[in-house]
Amino acid sequence: MKNKPSLHVTQTNDGLSVTLQGNWVKETVKALDLAFNALTCNPKTVYTFDLSGIREFDTHGIMLILHYTKKLEIQNCIVLKVGASESLEKLFTVCEQHYPEKKEKPPKEIFILSFLENVGKDIFEGYRTLSYFFAFTGELTQHVITSLLNPLTIRFKATLYHIEQSGARALPIILLTSFLIGIVIAYQGATQLEKFGANIFIVEMVTISAVRELAPLLTAIVVAGRSASAYTAQIGVMKITDEVDAMSSMGFSPWNFLVLPRLFALMISLPLLVFFGDIVSVFGGMVIATTQLDVSFVEFIDRIKETVALKHLIIGLVKAPIFGCVIATIGCFRGFQIDSSTESVGKYTTISVVNAIFWVIAIDAIISVLLTEMGL
Amino acid sequence: MKNYIAIEAKNIVTQFGQSVIHDEVSFKIQRGEIFGLLGGSGSGKTTLLREMIMLQKTSGGQMLVLGTDVMKISSKMAQKLRQKWGVLFQFGALFTSLTILENVMIGMREYTNLPDWIIEESALMKLSMVGLPPKVANMYPSELSGGMKKRAALARALALDPKLLFLDEPTSGLDPQSARTFDELIVTLRDTLGITVVMVTHDKDTMANVLDRFIILGNKKVLFEGNMELLKQTRDDELKKFLS
Ligand SMILES: Nc1ncnc2c1ncn2[C@@H]1O[C@H](COP(=O)(O)OP(=O)(O)OP(=O)(O)O)[C@@H](O)[C@H]1O
Ligand SMILES: [Mg+2]
Repeated sequence: MKNKPSLHVTQTNDGLSVTLQGNWVKETVKALDLAFNALTCNPKTVYTFDLSGIREFDTHGIMLILHYTKKLEIQNCIVLKVGASESLEKLFTVCEQHYPEKKEKPPKEIFILSFLENVGKDIFEGYRTLSYFFAFTGELTQHVITSLLNPLTIRFKATLYHIEQSGARALPIILLTSFLIGIVIAYQGATQLEKFGANIFIVEMVTISAVRELAPLLTAIVVAGRSASAYTAQIGVMKITDEVDAMSSMGFSPWNFLVLPRLFALMISLPLLVFFGDIVSVFGGMVIATTQLDVSFVEFIDRIKETVALKHLIIGLVKAPIFGCVIATIGCFRGFQIDSSTESVGKYTTISVVNAIFWVIAIDAIISVLLTEMGL
Repeated sequence: MKNYIAIEAKNIVTQFGQSVIHDEVSFKIQRGEIFGLLGGSGSGKTTLLREMIMLQKTSGGQMLVLGTDVMKISSKMAQKLRQKWGVLFQFGALFTSLTILENVMIGMREYTNLPDWIIEESALMKLSMVGLPPKVANMYPSELSGGMKKRAALARALALDPKLLFLDEPTSGLDPQSARTFDELIVTLRDTLGITVVMVTHDKDTMANVLDRFIILGNKKVLFEGNMELLKQTRDDELKKFLS
């Protein structure tokens, strides 16, 4: 085949003559590279590259020729090129002008050093994130206070929108999970209580654990999964597309437009969601109590009135806005951390959900211990 | 084989919902030609370009690219076709999580068996061709200015030495001098590699110095097809705006 790329070396009086033939394009460059490698390199020789046999060419082929030309020139060889067609000559000149002189080689990595460097970077990064977070919460508090003092600056429409998105739309999944949790507690309790014949205690067990701990916690976790991620991604993408900067430059504070509506929305909707969750999980318990333990609905409700103190419900409901505040703050904070790469959207969205769920559980634990110590 | 025709649009109709953008638009682009798509803002130039590169479906008509109808193409053929063209998007569209060098190298990595050093050297060469200093190679797109991003995106479009080059406003965002250097580069590539270039442009100098032929879109139709000389003879007021 005529088009088969090849490289022939012949000895002439003046030095070596190298005949280049065939297609010098990206598909053939690999084979040609091997052929060039086999070329013996005699220092201080004159090499004549005969380019007249080249049929098709592209920048990759030319780059290969350039590369080996430079290599030979370093060895004090003289490289001449003859027979290039006009267009080859032209592209060759352009490529030669732009041939990268020296590659900027990244320094070689030594394992232990790069390990230490990464540890250092992580620690520093953690420290910086922490100080950013404190700055963020500080500024957030300030903006919350100023906007509460001037309620007209609160973006009510945006707040309502987020109440709908993060609150109302979360209702079905929260009702379902709460109902199932009510059933689970009651079912597990029922088998144990039946052994003692203490069937009626199912009421306290289900009601207290559901309204005080489980319904608030579960609701918060579901909302963290839905909304912390959404807030982070929304704000992050707005940052990438410069929408946040555009806002600030037009004098719309991103705090008032982005953060506060989300914060208020979660602080308002979470207690409401928890209340619905309470009702449904107790109902789940009641269903099991009737079917498994012969405690009727009426008996169940009477017993709640008699033995379950209102404080449990209140404690559960008071925790809800705290959880809402934590979720919204983390969601927004991580959103503002997203920089210009699309990859960081995924990264910070994940971090934001994990953080939000962790802090909801941690704060729940702290409150639980504190209240018990206080005797509540 | 209609080998000399690179792209042929036959009665292209495009609709977004109720609004019609193109109403029976037809034109032919020869191989080795630098062809311009002109027209006012919102006249559907980008949309037409997107239809050529299979990013958008037409509502009617036929779009033949290198002889194949891109509306009725098998996915395997489509993949082959995609390797034959390079695209520069209006806003660059660099991959933000990769460095500039990686952005240029990614096509060569995926589609060729070239050794790493060749890929790297040709990527650096392409960056230099579009006028970027070597130090940007290891930077991320977010660290570059708008014009630099555009050039990097052009380097990426050129990476595989495509037969067809689609450019959406390549010189907007460049300073006049870089724009002229860019024009020269395009002409050189066409003269030497014989590529076909389709570009959307508003740049008067590019129009006069680079484009072999162009069409002007307006009123959902092709208002004009031809070159600068022909346009200068026009009496149409609508078209004269493109001369001033
Ligand atoms: N996804 C879409 N949905 C609805 N309408 C669209 C969509 N994309 C484009 N359009 C409409 O199609 C028309 C043509 O848009 P196109 O982006 O092609 O314009 P253009 O000629 O490239 O303009 P410019 O010079 O400003 O870039 C515009 O009127 C635009 O509103
Ligand atoms: Mg456009």
